[in-house]
Amino acid sequence: MNSSQSNESVASVLKAGIGANNPVLVLVLGICSALAVTGTITTTLVMGASLMIVTGLSCLMVSALRHTIPHTVRLMVQMMVISVFVILVNLYLQAYHYGVSKALGPYVGLIITNCIVLGRTEGFALRHGPWLSFMDGLANGAGYALVLLCISVIREFTGAGCLMGHRLMPDWFEPAMFMRTAPGAFITLGIVIWIIRGIAPAKEERAD
Amino acid sequence: MGTNSFIMIFLASMFANNILLAKFLGMCSFIAISRNMKTAFGMGAAVTAVTVCTALLNYLVYSGVLMVGSRFFPETDLTFLSFLVFILVIAGFVQLLEMILERFLPALYFSFGIFLPLITVNCAILGVNLFMIEQGLKYSFWQTSAFALGSGGGYWLAICLMAGIRKKLEGADIPKPLRGVGIAVIITGLIAMAFMGFTGMAEG
Repeated sequence: MNSSQSNESVASVLKAGIGANNPVLVLVLGICSALAVTGTITTTLVMGASLMIVTGLSCLMVSALRHTIPHTVRLMVQMMVISVFVILVNLYLQAYHYGVSKALGPYVGLIITNCIVLGRTEGFALRHGPWLSFMDGLANGAGYALVLLCISVIREFTGAGCLMGHRLMPDWFEPAMFMRTAPGAFITLGIVIWIIRGIAPAKEERAD
Repeated sequence: MGTNSFIMIFLASMFANNILLAKFLGMCSFIAISRNMKTAFGMGAAVTAVTVCTALLNYLVYSGVLMVGSRFFPETDLTFLSFLVFILVIAGFVQLLEMILERFLPALYFSFGIFLPLITVNCAILGVNLFMIEQGLKYSFWQTSAFALGSGGGYWLAICLMAGIRKKLEGADIPKPLRGVGIAVIITGLIAMAFMGFTGMAEG
């Protein structure tokens, strides 16, 4: 994050999370789940919303506790805060949206190790006020959800000829099964990154 | 030989259901650390070791305490706590391993050094633990160890393959926006396609 912390407004935080510092495309975080859940749009929407809620609330909580968390065990405390919110989300999904919860399987639990959440609590919430941190968490979650939505639209449309389960293509259209498999997901993400970086080149690649 | 024998579970989780190429787990570290062979090899070894140990520890905790009909609390269903318990076991184990290695095997500690703290947030490890309990406990203790060893080994294999390919790519003329992450993800897709050839093996 930049050093001028006092000038950061809610609007700039929102803009950075969704656009300029988009966690998936620019920083390449959290792509594990970005690939696994994008087979259909419905699961993607649920996953995106879950991640937004978990990131937002975890940032809020960590930020509110930031003066009382001892520095040495802060990672452990953050992991516990995050897992508590993930458990709540998971229980809610199991209770009210059982089908989706079943389709997502262990990937809801894997939000705990999604680098975006820990990255935001560690990199932002520990140094900023609760309200700003909450908005930052939401913005990063939304940035993640948007990218996932793009990928899932491409994959569901080409892989099944459907959007949200409604068949849109005429009968002669043969769905490309390839797009629904793992390699299809990898290659779609690669091409999306290619297009985005072609339009808006990243400021600088890390020296490697 | 049945599909549930040690060797079949091991091979299936290493090739056909490769944790990285078929289940997409551990991608962050995979992309970040596959730049040279030596670090990739170290990371693979560390992930494999931690995966096997934590999966077995969590197996004991799950069957002993958390699930219904468990050894110590048979009447209570504590499975909703599994996420929290698993991540604590992983974090605690990594911390402990770090301290033990530093004290008794300093050479190994320095070669693993930077990777160990990163491992706590590696989704592959939590992923193996969560797949283990996906449909209740479907494996016995030994089958779980085969599953964890195969998954960890699959990650190790994939990250070394990737490091080798990226080394070869250094001189290649890749379109600028595709350099770095973009091409890495597409190559992963191609490797995954090759690994799909193992799919029939797991069912046979």
